[in-house]
Amino acid sequence: MLIATTLAILVVMIMALVRAFLGPTIYDRILAVNTFGTKTVLLIAVIGFLFGRPDFLDIALVYALINFISVIGVLRYFEYNDEVAAHEYNEKAETQKES
Amino acid sequence: MRHTVSMFVVLSLIWLLNSGFFTGLHLSLGLLSVVLVVWVAYRMDVVDHESAPVHLTLRLPSYYAWLMKELVLSNIDVTKRIWLGKKSISPSMAVLPLSQRTDMGRVIYANSITLTPGTVAIDLNSDTVVVHSLTAGGIEDLRSGEMDRRVSRLEKQK
Amino acid sequence: MDTVVNIVSGACLLLGSFLIFSGGLGLLRFPDFYTRMHAAGITETLATGLILLGLMLLAGWGIVLAKLMMILLFILITSPTASHALAKSAQHGKLAPQLAEPEDQRSR
Repeated sequence: MLIATTLAILVVMIMALVRAFLGPTIYDRILAVNTFGTKTVLLIAVIGFLFGRPDFLDIALVYALINFISVIGVLRYFEYNDEVAAHEYNEKAETQKES
Repeated sequence: MRHTVSMFVVLSLIWLLNSGFFTGLHLSLGLLSVVLVVWVAYRMDVVDHESAPVHLTLRLPSYYAWLMKELVLSNIDVTKRIWLGKKSISPSMAVLPLSQRTDMGRVIYANSITLTPGTVAIDLNSDTVVVHSLTAGGIEDLRSGEMDRRVSRLEKQK
Repeated sequence: MDTVVNIVSGACLLLGSFLIFSGGLGLLRFPDFYTRMHAAGITETLATGLILLGLMLLAGWGIVLAKLMMILLFILITSPTASHALAKSAQHGKLAPQLAEPEDQRSR
């Protein structure tokens, strides 16, 4: 069962990466990276059990905290820098709707 | 004073659970770091009812139990809609009133909205909250105000 | 007793895997950023909770259980904060959501 869970988490991580590559806005990418990060925490915890090394949980704990802080940090940076990108995306959506 | 004590107890618990070593050296090092953190927090003047909410301790468990139930129900709903596809969702956005009077209550309310999948609190003011929901039904559920009432009851003093 | 615990933990892990996969699928299928955020929400609440619960049942009493509970607590506290920060930042960046019907009380 642990192997099945590991595989499911890996598949979801690939899905998050696909979303991060597709975008289309910077916020989609940050969301995907955030999802990827929380899945990494789970993956480390499950793999720790799979290989019988519960010490991995410490790494998972630290990773959970780092992931949260990095997402907030990146958002802090883009909150004041990405009005242009979102604006362009909105305009593109408008023209697509009209045509 | 009781805020400082409760912060000390919580930090010591976290340290003990994370360490797993119970020798004299480790325990004294842990005590040293916990005292240091409490002292720094005290100097920064952040030890108050927000960083150590002792007055909520008794009422929190029943609220958490209710929130867990809501969490499971809304998870099932959103999962169903993911498999049904785009046709089944009706994204909507609304400005909802909130009745909490303290910042703590507002934050608990907004975080509970965001924690239940299907609804996300986007903006929070002193008497309104902007909510984006996956379905129109999510907004209606919040508008009926059960979560709002429960959080208001939670923050009530004494 | 042991087999019962193993079966329950296996069921939790399997259900969690299914939910996490659904969340990933929603992340790919939903039409715009705000709706994708809801899909990411289910991978971070119930799915994470179920998988960690399954591991907790395998772990038995001890420091490992305490650490798993701490991980669950951290994720449950940080994930709504991160989602709220994302949504607010997208709103701040003037990213318009696709809505089902024209709304009556738009904030701005």
